[in-house]
Amino acid sequence: MSDAEGTTHDTGAPTRDPEPTPETGATRERVGDGKFGDYGGQYVPEALMPAIRELEDAYERYVLGNEDGFRDEFRRRIREFGGRPTPLQRADELSQRYDTDVYLKREDLLHGGAHKLNNALGQVLLAKYMGKERIVAETGAGQHGTATAMAAAHLGMPCEIYMGERDIVRQRPNVFRMKINGAEINEVTTGRGTLKEAISETMRDWATTVENTHYVIGSIVGPHPFPTMVRDFQALISEEAREQVLDQVGRLPDAVLACAGGGSNTMGAFHHFVDDDGVGLYAVEAGGSSLAVDEEEGVAPNSASLSTGTEGVLHGARTKLLQDGDGQIVESHSVSSGLDYAGVGPELAHLVDEERVQPVNVDDDAALEGFHRLSQREGIIPALETAHAFGYLEEHADELGDLVVVNVSGRGDKDLEAALEETEQRDIDNAPPMDELTGGL
Amino acid sequence: MGRHPSQSHDSERDASQSHDSERDASGEEPSETRLLADGSGSDLRAAFDGEPAFVPYLAVGDPDYESSLAYVEALERGGADAIELGLPFSEPIAEGSTIQEAVVRSLDAGMTPERFFEFVADLDVDVPLVCMTYYNLLYQYGGDEAESGPRPFVERAAAVGLSGFVVPDLPAEEAGPLREACDEFGLDLVSIVAPTTEDERLEKLVDISSGYLYVQARLGVTGADVAPSDQTAESLERLGEYDIPKAVGFGISDGEQAAEIVSAGADGIIVGSALVEIVAEGYEHDRPTDDVAANLEALASELKAGARRGGEQAVPRPDGS
Repeated sequence: MSDAEGTTHDTGAPTRDPEPTPETGATRERVGDGKFGDYGGQYVPEALMPAIRELEDAYERYVLGNEDGFRDEFRRRIREFGGRPTPLQRADELSQRYDTDVYLKREDLLHGGAHKLNNALGQVLLAKYMGKERIVAETGAGQHGTATAMAAAHLGMPCEIYMGERDIVRQRPNVFRMKINGAEINEVTTGRGTLKEAISETMRDWATTVENTHYVIGSIVGPHPFPTMVRDFQALISEEAREQVLDQVGRLPDAVLACAGGGSNTMGAFHHFVDDDGVGLYAVEAGGSSLAVDEEEGVAPNSASLSTGTEGVLHGARTKLLQDGDGQIVESHSVSSGLDYAGVGPELAHLVDEERVQPVNVDDDAALEGFHRLSQREGIIPALETAHAFGYLEEHADELGDLVVVNVSGRGDKDLEAALEETEQRDIDNAPPMDELTGGL
Repeated sequence: MGRHPSQSHDSERDASQSHDSERDASGEEPSETRLLADGSGSDLRAAFDGEPAFVPYLAVGDPDYESSLAYVEALERGGADAIELGLPFSEPIAEGSTIQEAVVRSLDAGMTPERFFEFVADLDVDVPLVCMTYYNLLYQYGGDEAESGPRPFVERAAAVGLSGFVVPDLPAEEAGPLREACDEFGLDLVSIVAPTTEDERLEKLVDISSGYLYVQARLGVTGADVAPSDQTAESLERLGEYDIPKAVGFGISDGEQAAEIVSAGADGIIVGSALVEIVAEGYEHDRPTDDVAANLEALASELKAGARRGGEQAVPRPDGS
């Protein structure tokens, strides 16, 4: 092996193409080698490496370089089909409650009801530009799957979605939405049948069909260039929010709050604020029912990989993981299945180590209270994922400054059944009486 | 014989590592820096000397520790020249359903990296052993937050007498630290070459590999249900110029296929899922360990005979082997 190979890890030197070609040299520098500090990288089977390289090249040419007008078409479609820009709305009731200006970035109003379409539309369109003929994607709670199915239908691409058998049961409405959009659903029965198994199974499909298929990964996870590319598509959120807050309030916020599972809405909401030193960035994770890991059962009753995880390698990237002492990955669990992933985007892990992003978390009860509070006081039923950010706002509003932006990453229609069930099982202070909630059903 | 000094603590497996004298069969004097990089002097490479090699795979601890010991030993009786031992990882992204299920059985029966090392030490076989696992288990072993990395795992592997590693989720770009640790302890790092691997990457892969190259016979994941593809002969042709043994795996399940692959130019064959299916069948039907071991030995013998037959049909290679 060459010396360059051996020292890559320590120096952050490029891992390949020591002499970039003139055409790509300029953008290579911007893309880098997919490392965020020590995190990131490309830990994938050799069979996938050519596809990853092809994707890197396409990302640089089309997404960064706007070749063939890719970026223009993406911006047009996300505006016309997706409904961007989404509003930045002052939450009057919450502002009064906390004696702080609270603004909501309304990604719940994006087509499909969540921020997921930003990435799904971007990647399906990119696959078209790359000449791919087929889309595969994984989904946990079904939000990424539905966004991908919508984007694929919109752009006329055949689409198959891998989904764990347990999630299929828990998220029936999203399964129907995907099917109605023409996607094929592949049930994943290995392991515990949730998101991480679905990702593994999608990678296996891709390893077989790599020559004509693009894998639309659903978050800022996986091998380079996925974390960077997905972040760029999601960064529309903070691009707009930053302009909107300057326009509407005349200054930058003191804090931006976003829930964090894999971290795509989080990095999307943070990206354009990262260089603004005065803006505090809070990644709110699901504390679940406990922050511990049950090594015996291989389960973490939370999905707080930024807060409690340790460094490791999963699904193509080095990042912070929920794992046992041997390095076996544990199953995460919280009230919001959309946050349940044992890993997190490598860029977020790095920003946490750099102390630029604060990893915080709230438990299931606080999230449910946040769900009911936003529904009652602002007329917005948030996704249970999103509700975690409002749980944190309730507990820490007095520490966040005078102007706070909260990313409303998705709407809660998909969660009604789970939310009612969980509310009934717990003593949630601010929920309407259960007989009122379910009496008419 | 040019072995790395730190290999001396391998004495507990001396019998399996006595092939050094065959190192210079090619007649070439390897340069100092290539000594380990091309695997000269490694017992894994030596397993490919002479007739075509048969390299079986089993997931260790499947379905339980004791049976698994008997199964691996049956493979040696059936003619294995080297054995790949799978250390189960919870997210085996390169494996098809057969080996995924083996991994679940083994983990459910309590397999851990520490038990794996005990298993290797307990094994009574004389052929070189390769650890096949995923990078996170190597990365986490014995380290703490301040000093993580593959070195402690490799050190322990060397101590129990393992000869090398196959790590399916570790491409050449990320393999630096593991290669360094392997060099330090005198172990081999086997790389996988895929049908999609471009020529420019081949060189890089060969560069970091030692022992043998694992030539993937088709795209996809492991499994006996999909046979090797025409791409195999093409891959072997592209690899012809490199002086390192080529073992072909993915989809080989009987002696016929073994013969075909070897006659197409492979130096050896790797078979996993077809053997794991025998273990799975025995587990499902609650068969006695001895019966399952006998079935494994029978298939191993068939595969070894097939490889041998293929070797007799093969066009002689330029190096005269």
